[in-house]
Amino acid sequence: MSPVSPELDRRFRDAAATEHLLDVAYDLVDTPVGLLLVAATERGLCRIAYDAEPEQELERLARAFGVRVLRSARPIDPARRQLDEYFSGGRQHFDLTVDLALQADFNRRVLRELARVPYGEVVTYGELAARAARPGAARAVGTVMNRNPLPIVLPCHRVIGANGKLVGYAGGLERKESLLRLEGALL
Amino acid sequence: MTLPPFERFYDEHKEEIYAFLVRRLGRGRAEDAFQETFLRALRAYPKLRHGEHLRAWAYTIASRIAIDEHRRPRADADLPELASLDGRPAFAQLEHLADELPPTERAAVVLRYGYDLDYADIGAALGSNATAARQAASAGIRRLRRKERQ
Repeated sequence: MSPVSPELDRRFRDAAATEHLLDVAYDLVDTPVGLLLVAATERGLCRIAYDAEPEQELERLARAFGVRVLRSARPIDPARRQLDEYFSGGRQHFDLTVDLALQADFNRRVLRELARVPYGEVVTYGELAARAARPGAARAVGTVMNRNPLPIVLPCHRVIGANGKLVGYAGGLERKESLLRLEGALL
Repeated sequence: MTLPPFERFYDEHKEEIYAFLVRRLGRGRAEDAFQETFLRALRAYPKLRHGEHLRAWAYTIASRIAIDEHRRPRADADLPELASLDGRPAFAQLEHLADELPPTERAAVVLRYGYDLDYADIGAALGSNATAARQAASAGIRRLRRKERQ
């Protein structure tokens, strides 16, 4: 008995995306900070997960966006290419549409502001809160950073404590450090 | 049982559905039929209300596509038509008739008499074996006969 060939498998996965039959397409992207699970809806990039347990992550995506979740490389290719360029130092700004439709208004506003923090710079939680028109909401901004659905692309690693400490990072402080070092924000 | 993400459904069933299509159609035509089977499954997937009998469901779609493939005129083959009544394909009538049977019996009856699968394939579709498939099919037929008499 011959198994499904990789070509046939890929052909189906491509066709599923091309025919717009997927709620979520995802793929794994290898980077210097580990293997990332990157997912997108038709509206845009919806999830980047560090250390993803595929079973759990797929369930989560299915609950949030719909059950037609399928690994499909093609819809993820633009994000993969830009992440590669970012990690090789050739890209400072991501040019990708993002799907934040499921975020609460406040979170969306904070994440939009976050996207404007330039490469190689850092802001404090309080500053970001002020930019999102909620001065004093540093703690709430911290929570939004912690739940950032699109780390790296929405650069929550550029947000640090008022005392200059890195404070925290959902993917682990070590990764926050290496991203800031890559961008030249840390020596 | 809740409906699993499609990736899991595909991953669990792709090999046996492909093997089944190769047996029915030969390797050359199995590849297109394979793709069509899972694209059709993908279209219908969000309408499913639960995650039970997914294997039988996948075999039903694959069988239907295999029949369509057989019907397609080909220069190099002369394949017999499946029996049909009133110009309607046999499986359409059967599916309607078998609607009220319990799911396992319904799948066994439809796959055996509608799609002409052998009991080994039906056993695979139902996640059991040929003997259990034969029993489910005959239990289903007995139930249909009883209903007919009522």
